[in-house]
Amino acid sequence: MKTLTSTNQKVEREKKVKVSFKEAWSLHKEKYLLIAPFAIIFVIFNLVPVAVAMGLSFTSFNMLEAPDFIGLANYIQLLAYDDVFLIAVKNTLLLAIITGPISYLMCFLFAWLINELPPKPRAILTLIFYAPSISGNVYMIWKLIFSSDMYGFANAWLIKMGIIDSPILWFETAEYILPILILVQLWLSLGVSFLAFIAGLQTVDKSLYEAGAVDGIKNRWQELWYVTLPSMKPQLMFGAVMQITNSLSISAISIELVGFPSIDYAGHTILTHLHDFGNVRFEMGYASAIATVLFLIMLIANILVQKLLRKVGD
Amino acid sequence: MQIIDRVKSSIKSRKFTRRNRSIGGDLGLMVLLGAFALFSAYPLIYAINNAFKPLSEIFLFPPKLFVQNPTMDNFFDLSTIIGNSWVPFSRYMFNTLFITILGTGGTVLLGTMAAYPLAKYNFPGSKVMSNIIVYALMFNSTVTAIPNYIIMSKAGLVNTYWAVILPVIGSTLGLYLMKNFIVQIPTSLIEAAKIDGAAEFRVFWTVIIPLCKPAWITLCILSFQTLWGATGGNFIYSENLKPISYALSQVVGGGIARTGVASAVSLIMMIVPVTVFVISQSNVIETMASSGMKD
Repeated sequence: MKTLTSTNQKVEREKKVKVSFKEAWSLHKEKYLLIAPFAIIFVIFNLVPVAVAMGLSFTSFNMLEAPDFIGLANYIQLLAYDDVFLIAVKNTLLLAIITGPISYLMCFLFAWLINELPPKPRAILTLIFYAPSISGNVYMIWKLIFSSDMYGFANAWLIKMGIIDSPILWFETAEYILPILILVQLWLSLGVSFLAFIAGLQTVDKSLYEAGAVDGIKNRWQELWYVTLPSMKPQLMFGAVMQITNSLSISAISIELVGFPSIDYAGHTILTHLHDFGNVRFEMGYASAIATVLFLIMLIANILVQKLLRKVGD
Repeated sequence: MQIIDRVKSSIKSRKFTRRNRSIGGDLGLMVLLGAFALFSAYPLIYAINNAFKPLSEIFLFPPKLFVQNPTMDNFFDLSTIIGNSWVPFSRYMFNTLFITILGTGGTVLLGTMAAYPLAKYNFPGSKVMSNIIVYALMFNSTVTAIPNYIIMSKAGLVNTYWAVILPVIGSTLGLYLMKNFIVQIPTSLIEAAKIDGAAEFRVFWTVIIPLCKPAWITLCILSFQTLWGATGGNFIYSENLKPISYALSQVVGGGIARTGVASAVSLIMMIVPVTVFVISQSNVIETMASSGMKD
């Protein structure tokens, strides 16, 4: 008897869910249909891959045979025995901790300064700052600037000024690699968030500044902290997500500029490590574990920074 | 000189319009702005000049930033190399055009379609979807590359244009920007159209699409930039399906003897997205104004 009533209840409950689903469908059919094409592509080529990568990280998989479940073995190997991965994590975090905040501040600072200029110079400077990030592989020019012979600008200037007497092998010396990568990354970093900040500044309500002046704001820094920043909070949040994700995914410039693998792994990042196991060694289970670790680091960094940014101007 | 003039004129105009500004602070910040403008522009100017330098000037000590005897040799060399390639260059061009047009069109159309209901209505599932979109901004294409390859090969899409196009269409940055832009469109316009008897799809075509012009231009540019630089990487291995950026990167791979040609290639790869941005700058800025995250 008992089981019967419980199944009855179950049926009823299912019916209810079904009805409400049906109701939702009949009420909002057109909305779901509008979303469906994007949702299908997004789920297949974006959401499922992230889930699959997490799943594969618990297996040993070489693309030829079926994946073999091995539990946490990949993570144990990665975190406890893979010395190169630890170097990669160290480099990635170092690059992110330096280029992330600096590039974020640069995006804001220059957007803020440009905003005070008349429209023409503003448009020109916007272009100059934004151009590096959209110019494809123009960053390869840094390879010529830091060329190991004396035809490179860096060496030529240092020789001319008498600081050194023979060319420095910039990309072959471990201690120069990270600083050069930081420099190039900063050069490339005024991208979408920079544009978002410029736009955000232009939409700040002008009367707020007048009101602020009446309320006793004395200089530009107070104005920035009490009026400008609070009105731009949404853009600041968006910019943070973009800059965090970018500063943690440095890999192409490392591979192109300092080579792969770099001297003493000095330019090795989590993504180049992933490239090594995914594209060179075809150890896909292990590579997926690396991808999952990177994804978790990004998620944690984003949550922390968003919490921090909520406090701005309070 | 120009910078000083700019500072002067900005100080002059500000006296009447802005409060809370000191001349000392103005000068200091303008110097900082100028210094970074130089840092930003210097490599670009160098890259542009290099493309017109004869070989003797590229290897010169001390190196010179500006070209002394400009020549088109690098471009002629490039066209010779390209003319001798196994697959005709027009084929690479067609591939890039096809990928870019279809990918950009797909991003804009599907992105706008999905953005409209998410921006303007509350319905079961809408909150969850909006949150997923924000978190998906963090997905990195390298992280998803391995499963993506498996999915592509299962679906028989490896070595087709779709392998490049579909992941770009499925990325959420475009949808995210579009959604935030549509939120600003007055709901009264939509309701007025509905009172006139328009169904959801009609509202979408006749009200939303025309009003979103700045946003879809921005989406076009962002996805154009992504697709223009796409080399096809792991997904396309037939030579006659590869895009321009791949063909050009192969030319550069010729080593030190092709330094001049490589500069010409860099210039071509750079000039296209930069020109597109210049033409559409004001639209992009207008769209970005609504890009913020409202908690």
